[in-house]
Amino acid sequence: FMQRGLDSQTKKQLEEEEKKIISEEHWYLDVPDLKEKESCIIEERSFLRCEDLVYGRMSFKGFNPEVEKLMIQMNSKCKEEEVEEDDKMEADVSDEEMARRYETLVGTIGKKFLRKRDQRVLKDDDEDEDDEVEEGNSNTRPSKRAKKMFLKPQD
Amino acid sequence: MAAERGVAAEALVGQVVLPGDLLLLPAHYSEDAEGERLRLSAGAAPQARLLCGPGLRRSGAGLLVTKCGLLRHRPAGGGAYWVDSQQKRYVPVKGDHVIGIVTIKAGDVFRLDVGGSEPASLSYLAFEGATKRNRPNVQVGDLVYGQFVVANKDMEPEMVCIDSSGKSSGMGVIGQDGFLFKVSLGLIRKLLAPKCEIIQELSQLYPFELVLGMNGRIWVKAKTIQQTLIIVNILEACEYMTAEQRKQALAKLSGN
Repeated sequence: FMQRGLDSQTKKQLEEEEKKIISEEHWYLDVPDLKEKESCIIEERSFLRCEDLVYGRMSFKGFNPEVEKLMIQMNSKCKEEEVEEDDKMEADVSDEEMARRYETLVGTIGKKFLRKRDQRVLKDDDEDEDDEVEEGNSNTRPSKRAKKMFLKPQD
Repeated sequence: MAAERGVAAEALVGQVVLPGDLLLLPAHYSEDAEGERLRLSAGAAPQARLLCGPGLRRSGAGLLVTKCGLLRHRPAGGGAYWVDSQQKRYVPVKGDHVIGIVTIKAGDVFRLDVGGSEPASLSYLAFEGATKRNRPNVQVGDLVYGQFVVANKDMEPEMVCIDSSGKSSGMGVIGQDGFLFKVSLGLIRKLLAPKCEIIQELSQLYPFELVLGMNGRIWVKAKTIQQTLIIVNILEACEYMTAEQRKQALAKLSGN
């Protein structure tokens, strides 16, 4: 036990010695740190960011319809930022529709999974017909659901 | 040796500046007047950074002019100053859209001549929808419209024909026929300005297609060779024509 301790101590001493040697060897500047001046000036070599230049491919009078579509698209990209606010308004309306549709979607997909379980239950009860699975589902669902739902243990 | 007294930048906007002129910036940009800066920054919101465009370099108290030309200023977006100079020789700049001519097809990489000091390299994967098996159809001598992705004085310039989202957005091989010619860089920028009169007047003449590269190259294609050559001649000459002369020339053409 003591040997391990000694080893760790010697290790520490060795490390300290190494650090001293290394730190003496490390070059550092004696110059005091210059205050970093906040430069508010960015240098730029491209004219594209200074001037408002149009897209380079152009077509006139329907010579190349794809390029004409591109022209409208690229040149309106600058103005798209202003149009984004209007787009958000439209998106809100469609969100409500989305929520409505989603509710029915969940219902229909839920039915898919319920059918199989209820079919098993239906086979046990010989009253319901196998053909009218849906009606059987709707009748037995509340009762089956009550049985199948997890009852929380009350403290 | 003698310290040149700089002139306020705003005073020279729109005037000719020569290399060596020192432009002083307003107080809230300069780094000398720290006391003033503190006062101003307490009151005013922190300013957006000033853009120092081509032809200008940052130097201590202000901006140093390195090219002769007209000083331009844009107050929007934090402000930008640049020198509107004229030259024929193109220097590749990152982000510029240029027309290149394919000179060598070396394995996976094309070498394009863009008019700079070195040929630019273009990888065959830098096209929309290109994979290792689905190679783009590019031959030696084709014209390619692309943008620079790497362009500095230490490295060979590299081009791509897709933008950051992976779409080609008009870049790639330029089609058959048409006519390629070279003009000065200042004219290109004039033609690319929004609502350029020259382009608007030309567009009334015939249907045609135009590709402008920032390296001074223009490619034109119209229905007949004669129409193409007319447009070429007008574009080459309009640099030195006044607006009235140009309108007269166009009136003659549309009359004929």
